[in-house]
Amino acid sequence: MSVDPVTFAAILAMALVTYATRIAGLFVADRLVLTGRAKAAFDAIPPAVLMAVIAPTALATGWAETIAAGITMLAATRLPLLATIAIGVAAVVLLRMVL
Amino acid sequence: MDQANPLIGRKWTDVRDGVRDVAPAAIAALPIGLLFGAIAAAKGLSAAEVALMSTLVFAGGAQFAAIETWVHPAPVAALAFSALLINARHILMGASLAPKLRVSRGRKFVAMHFLTDETWALAERRAVDGPVTGAYWFAMAAVLPVAWIGSSSLGAVLGPLLGDPARLGADFAFTALFIGLIASFGRARVTLVTIAVSGAVAAVVYRIAGAPWHVAAGALAGIAAAYAAAGDGARRESRP
Repeated sequence: MSVDPVTFAAILAMALVTYATRIAGLFVADRLVLTGRAKAAFDAIPPAVLMAVIAPTALATGWAETIAAGITMLAATRLPLLATIAIGVAAVVLLRMVL
Repeated sequence: MDQANPLIGRKWTDVRDGVRDVAPAAIAALPIGLLFGAIAAAKGLSAAEVALMSTLVFAGGAQFAAIETWVHPAPVAALAFSALLINARHILMGASLAPKLRVSRGRKFVAMHFLTDETWALAERRAVDGPVTGAYWFAMAAVLPVAWIGSSSLGAVLGPLLGDPARLGADFAFTALFIGLIASFGRARVTLVTIAVSGAVAAVVYRIAGAPWHVAAGALAGIAAAYAAAGDGARRESRP
């Protein structure tokens, strides 16, 4: 049960930043009303970050991963989350055997 | 009992409601937590480090993003910046929820640590019909971390026993999870532009500069694209 000091520093930094975002609302409540472009940009943060995180695997690793990502995307538009994950994992295993 | 002391009766009703409302989210967190722990272990994190991260950070999206881009030694600034980007949504969520939460200002600083997509959505829904009491909020807050910290720590212990995650396709599981989450943001034009630009820029930067810079580069490009794309739509709407 070891804790690496650099890993601990990273966890602590992530925790402090995350806590800051959670309490920031206490200071700006009722004053933070975003509209138009600013709101669109703010709303875009979660999908933009999620896509950036998976881009190396989904787009820059191999055809098996890219095709599996496409299949997963189709599944995601009509199935619940856990079923989507199951289909994605099954697709990548099969494609890696074939390709 | 309820008639004898309505205040105490109300408190326990709120606790029960909180536990009942958060239960599906807590159950859904179990397989996700196991998966997170297993992948974190494959990236070289110990069970203690996984437990520490789930306790202190307690934000699934940011934790998955961090693990996906994890290298040794950990790039502290880049990981903190990713966490800031992913969790920036908390600022708006907290601003909306804070006035509805019936707890003292001091306790709000404790309460807000337990702000997640799930607890926020449940509390906002409850606020439509009545006050969100401390009893209700802290009941939810007590349940979800137990599920998340427990399952992710267990995953870190069990993960190595399963061997190489790539063999079972488990390394692809959170790519699939993230695709599922991305799809939940809908198919509006601005969202599609955001995703396309973010993915393309992140892939190119990953090839050129490597992890973890693709996250910030792709995310910022996607956000800028949304800002640009939304402007067109807004102008068209204002001049029918």
